[in-house]
Amino acid sequence: MTARSAAAVSSVLLACGLLVAGCTDYYEIPIETPIQPKMDVTGFQRVLVAGFIAGGTEDLDPNLETVRLLRSQLRTKSPLRVIEAEVLPLVEIAGDGKEIKENGATANTPSAPGAAGLTPINASAPADGRPQANGKPAPSLESQIKTEKDFQKYDKIFADVSYWKKLGEEYQNPLIVTGTVLFAPQQTAGFVTREQEVFDATGRRRVIPIRAYMERKGFMLIPKFIFIDGRTGATLYSETFREEVLYNAQQNTPALSSYFELMDRVIPSFLSTLSAQKIRGTRVLLK
Amino acid sequence: MRRPILGCVLALLAIAPAAFANQRSEAKSQVEFGIKVAQAGLWNEALYRWQKAVQIDPTYAQAWNNLAIAYEHDGKFEDAAKAYQKALELDPKNLLIRQNYDLFKEINDRTKRRSSK
Repeated sequence: MTARSAAAVSSVLLACGLLVAGCTDYYEIPIETPIQPKMDVTGFQRVLVAGFIAGGTEDLDPNLETVRLLRSQLRTKSPLRVIEAEVLPLVEIAGDGKEIKENGATANTPSAPGAAGLTPINASAPADGRPQANGKPAPSLESQIKTEKDFQKYDKIFADVSYWKKLGEEYQNPLIVTGTVLFAPQQTAGFVTREQEVFDATGRRRVIPIRAYMERKGFMLIPKFIFIDGRTGATLYSETFREEVLYNAQQNTPALSSYFELMDRVIPSFLSTLSAQKIRGTRVLLK
Repeated sequence: MRRPILGCVLALLAIAPAAFANQRSEAKSQVEFGIKVAQAGLWNEALYRWQKAVQIDPTYAQAWNNLAIAYEHDGKFEDAAKAYQKALELDPKNLLIRQNYDLFKEINDRTKRRSSK
């Protein structure tokens, strides 16, 4: 063996050795990365999911469903104790902002909605208190909410510090969760890419992407969660989400199942506002 | 006069690689021990070992990578970012370090976006 060939062999061996060493010198390890909550809730022991200004569809009550869902999630996935109280008809309370200001917050508690001078607007009375000319019941305030813009006139209730402070006092100063929820049907038409099964001359099956014009319908969900300090009535944090789901126009999906499908996407982010979450993953340790 | 200086320089040059090899092997034993304890779930001990390893040999990219992972596991994102960047600075072509860093960045960016809201 000449010196040159020996050098060549040894360099190949070295390369192989390095390759083997390189392959065995790493270790995949599962890790859980902690994500700190967006809000510091150490000052609270209880949470009150009060109610939401909601609308967009009459197929379900987004206020009631959202309160129920958030309470059940918080009960199992947050360190705070969930207060079981009547759901506030916030759209009715906020709908009469003048009276909120005049009477203060005393009247608007979950235990006594509409009592002591505050007249909540109900489904049979229009917002301005005028009787209906045709004698038919007036549409509810929820049904008048069709778009995000329609929430604007109710926004003032979230800034009404005295109202929330009073509500907080009634429940021993909890963290209050409120906000707006728009759950509305939507319909679109346009070109979408989908996969189609084709068989060639020899009978072989292939799946090819094709662009096709489709009419689709579904729902959009735009919840805005507002977290209020029950001790001061001040807003601590708010966050808005936007989710949508579209199905084939022929598919008949119940509103409630679409609502839960969309809320499932939002809930992890909502929970991570209040409690630390862990993201599971793997990393590679090296020698 | 020149001869003793030259002698010293030559002696230092002769010792340096050995000293470096010694440093690396000491750091490597810390890294290996850190890996063992991390696999057993003892992340605090692993963090300590990898911190020691980078103190002994600050040019040891793999040790910086492991240290970054331990910081990430601890939720210390700023320290983790610095350690990953140091590891990549020392070994920019290491795909495994790059992969770890990319996964970390994805979480870190998401957290930053949230806190800036």
